[in-house]
Parts: sequence; structure tokens; C-alpha cells
Amino acid sequence: MSLITLAAPTPHAAPRSGFLWRLLRRPSGVVGLLLLAAIIAVAASAPLLYPDDPLDMVAQPFLWPGQDAAYPLGTDMMGRDIASGIFHGARVSLLIGAVAASVSLLIGTATGALAGYYGGRTDAALMRVTELFQTIPPFLFALAIVAILQPSIPTITLAIGITAWPSLARLVRAEVLKLRNGELVQASIALGAGDLRIIVLHILPNTLAPIIVSASILVASAILTESSLAFLGLGDPNVVSWGGMVGAGREVLRTDWYIATLPGLAIVVAVLALNLLGDGLNDALDPKGERRA
Amino acid sequence: MSEPVLQVRRLNVGFASRGRVTPAVRDLSFSVKAGETLAIVGESGSGKSLTAFALLGLVPPPGVVSGEAIALEGRNLIGLPEKRLREVRGARIAMIFQEPMTALNPVLTIGEQIMEVILEHERVSPRAAKARALELLAQVRIPDAERRFHDYPHRLSGGMRQRVVIAMALACAPAVLVADEPTTALDVTIQAQILDLIDTLKREHGTAVVLITHDLGVVAEHADRVLVLYAGRKVEERAARDLFAAPLHPYTRGLIAARPRLGGRGAVRARLTEIPGTVPGLAAMPDGCAFAPRCPVAEAACTLALPPLVPAGTGSVACLRVGDIHAAEPERLSVVHA
Repeated sequence: MSLITLAAPTPHAAPRSGFLWRLLRRPSGVVGLLLLAAIIAVAASAPLLYPDDPLDMVAQPFLWPGQDAAYPLGTDMMGRDIASGIFHGARVSLLIGAVAASVSLLIGTATGALAGYYGGRTDAALMRVTELFQTIPPFLFALAIVAILQPSIPTITLAIGITAWPSLARLVRAEVLKLRNGELVQASIALGAGDLRIIVLHILPNTLAPIIVSASILVASAILTESSLAFLGLGDPNVVSWGGMVGAGREVLRTDWYIATLPGLAIVVAVLALNLLGDGLNDALDPKGERRA
Repeated sequence: MSEPVLQVRRLNVGFASRGRVTPAVRDLSFSVKAGETLAIVGESGSGKSLTAFALLGLVPPPGVVSGEAIALEGRNLIGLPEKRLREVRGARIAMIFQEPMTALNPVLTIGEQIMEVILEHERVSPRAAKARALELLAQVRIPDAERRFHDYPHRLSGGMRQRVVIAMALACAPAVLVADEPTTALDVTIQAQILDLIDTLKREHGTAVVLITHDLGVVAEHADRVLVLYAGRKVEERAARDLFAAPLHPYTRGLIAARPRLGGRGAVRARLTEIPGTVPGLAAMPDGCAFAPRCPVAEAACTLALPPLVPAGTGSVACLRVGDIHAAEPERLSVVHA
């Protein structure tokens, strides 16, 4: 076990504070971070502001936004409070986005690191599996898994997680290959370090920048995939989800377009926030970006 | 004198391709005693770095290492399983690389990196490892070790980084230290400091040092013995003092003559002499002496059979003409190529 933690909050850890500063100096980083913080605040405050089940019928249907002060965003065709749905939907989106992205991150990083580090047959075998996954359109793949396993939050998360990792695996593999034959790894081997220690301590921390950037994009695409699944009726029927709300509102799109549009905007904001954050992270983590700023 | 800690016998390193092995280092034998510095010199492609890598079992595929033995403190490293090798590397034999910039991990503090090496090989508490790491930083003359411990490599200068690399290599007090051109990437003024440091630490710990270099100036000042490699074979090995006073092999003479000198004996700035031609390719090695095509004193016999290594003074030399050269006129050959 390594006793050395990677995050070393020492007073000398200049790169860390410098990193946050670099992120905050970029408009995309600031806006992305603020939007994401707002969405997290919305998700966190949902049970306080709207303690009742967002799927309950609370008022007359088709209340337009602003028509009734008690329901600022109106109600849908079943008389459900749209504001409550968006608040509670944020929880579902963030939960599925974060967990599914973590699953992808785990599979993708492990596959890419092992393939890149060991090379040869290990690499060939792992990359064939990766290519196999890449030949199937990820969304259709996720759709099929959810359809077979019955839609629920765990199955949806799993389906998104195990279909989204191949591109990350390729990215990590390329980064690891670059370091694998470098002097750092050679020097570590010469000092008697084992494979696992080299990968965990010397290689992965040095590939962190692209991994962090793609993590934010992975969360965004997981939220999109979940919404799409819910839109097609393959969301968890017991929880409210932005995609599900859009799907339900689709039927009355011509007359009461706000029912589909408001949760749709929520999806746009969430995905935009994560993409902007990814952009900002990319610039902030790239040492060569310093000159462009 | 004490027993050699490292004994290499008939080492062969080659590259396998299409079922054939092209040899790059052939029949190389040498030994190093505790507290001694053996310099291995040669041009690019002579196999000196490959030899260094072979000592630690670091030759990457398609490289193939064979031979009688690389005996480190009596244990043969050739054919040792990777797991056993890992216990030896860093603990009993360690290596310093050319580039201190790329040999350190940019995301770990230098203190953490030194501790890593200690914790990898010894069952000690992190606290004890930290104390040792601080001690090592002081030993490699890094000022203000307590504070530097928490610095990341990018905050250090090249010379300081190489000191950290040396501290890591010496963390477990290895018997043998292999230094592969340890000062090539450094400023001239820093070079001397680093080599002096290696010398001092060698004396303090009784470490055997294998210094790989192409810089004869470095060799003259820091080596006890010198092994000259040409095209993968040892052509001369002698005590450094003797080798510089009276080089025997025409190639060694050429190397010494090709070295720029400040001041020197004459105030006249003479043109540097060069050795004409290049090292023959691995695949197109001549039958006889590999140096014969470039040698100013070669004769027909040189191209027919490989000259054997024969004892000469404090070492040995592989040249058919060495007797004649010596008898005839030693001075004539101090300029190999006019």
C-alpha cells in the first residue's frame, strides 16, 4: 500500500492553487463552474423546497408559467408541478451522470492503462474488446441493456456506464504508451518499483489532465443519454427525470410547449455547464495553454 | 584487495529480429570492486549504454541478454526472474540516468519520491523513511533539506534534480551504482560538482561505480579504471592513469587525440585530430578487428582474425599490432591521423 497521498495540501503545493486560479481566469471555467454549482444547489434544495412527491397531482393541469404564483413554472397535463419536477429531476440527472461516468472512468482507465503499459498480447486483446464495444452505437447498446434489464436507476446507470468507456480507454492507452517508454518509468524500474506501483504512482497521475477533462464530458453525455432513454419511455417510472418530462410534454408540444421546453432547458444548461467546465479544465491543465491565455 | 562486488563474464547483448540475433555487445567481461570507479567509454553505438541497461536487467525487447554471468555480490542476475530482479534493483544495484528532468515524477514531491524507494525495499515506518530521506537530501548537499523535501521537481534546477536522483539511487545503500552519462544534460560547472559528489558518496559508502560516458575528461578525473568499448567489444581496459599516460590500442589513442584541450602543452592551437570513418554497422561487422578499416596501423593480418585480449600492464588490450607499435616508436602514434 502506498502511504503517500497524491493530494498533498502542503504550503508548497503551488501547482494546485495555481491550477484553480488558472481555471477561474477563464470565462468558460468560471461560467461552467457557476452553472454546475447552481444545478447542484437546485438538486440539494429539492427535498426542502418541494418535500412532496413531484409525481403527485397538485393543481389543475395546463397551468402556464406565471398563471398561478404557487406554481411559478406551471403544471403539466396531469396537474404535476413542473418546478418540483425540475428540482427533483436534477437529483436524478446528477446522480446518474456522476455514477455512470465513474463506472466508465473506472473501466476505461483500467483498460487503457493495462493495454498501454503491458502492450503485446494484453494490449491486442483489450483493444479488440474495446473495438467490439465501439462497433455498437453506444446509445442503442444502452437502450438494449435497459430494455432487457427493466428500467430502474441502477440498471440505467450501469447501461450508460458500460457503454461509454471505449473512447476513454483509447485516450488513456495513448497517454500511457507515451509515458511507458519514457525515462521516468525506466528510472522507476531501475529503482525496483513494481508494475502496479509504477502505474498507480507514476503513470496515472501524469495522465490525469486528459482524464479529468473527459470525465466532465462523460458526465454530460451520461445526462444526455439518461434523458434520451427517459424520453423514449425507458426511464425509471418511479422517479421524475428531465428526459421523461420532455417525453411526456411532447404530446402537447403544439399547444402547451412550455411543458417540454422547461425541462429541456434544464438539460441544455446542465450539459452546457459540464462542457464549459471541461473546456476550462482543458485549458487550465495544459501547461502550454499559459501562453494563449 | 577485496573481492569484486560486480563481476561480468562473457556478456552478450543482441537484438532479435526475424529469428536472428544481431549482436551489439559481445563477450564482454569486467569486474568492479567496492569503492572503485570503472569507466566504460566509447562512441555512440559502441554498446556502452546497452551494457548499463543489461546490468540491471533493463534491456527491452527485442533485446536479448545472454552470457556466463552478471554476478552481483555472488548472485547471477542473468536469467533471474523479474520478481527477484525487482528486489535487487534499487536495493543492491541502482542507476542514474542522463536526464534528471524526465527521471523524476512531476506530480510527487522529491521527498515523497525518495521515501517511495525506501518503502519499496525495506520494512520501515513512513516516519523512519522520512528521516532517512531527509538525511539523504543532506548527504547529496541539498541546502535546506527540510524545506526542499516538500518541493516538486519543477522547482529545482537541473543540478539539484540530479542530486535528488542520486539520493534516490543511494537510498538503500546499493553495492553498485551505474551512472549512464550522469552529467551530459548539465551545465559544465554543475557537471564537476555532481561528479565530485558521486566520488565523495562512493568513498563514504564503499559503493562500486560503473560510469558510462563518452567524455574522456570526466574519465581522467574520476575513474580508477577505464574500459574502452569499440563496436560492442572491449578493446582495452587498464588503470586510468596508465591508459592516459600510454594508451595502447590505436582506437584509444585516437579517442585521446580527438579530445579538445584547454591550454595544453603547446600554446599553439592545433587542429583536433579525428578518427576517420564511422563505427561499422551491427549487421556488417568485419571478420577481423572491427577497428581495422579505420586504423592507421592496420595490416593484412588485422582483417583476418579477431585479435585476442592479451594482458598489458595493469590490464589488457586487444590489438595485434600493439607489440610492434610499442617497440617501434610510441610517440609516432600519439597523432593517429595527421
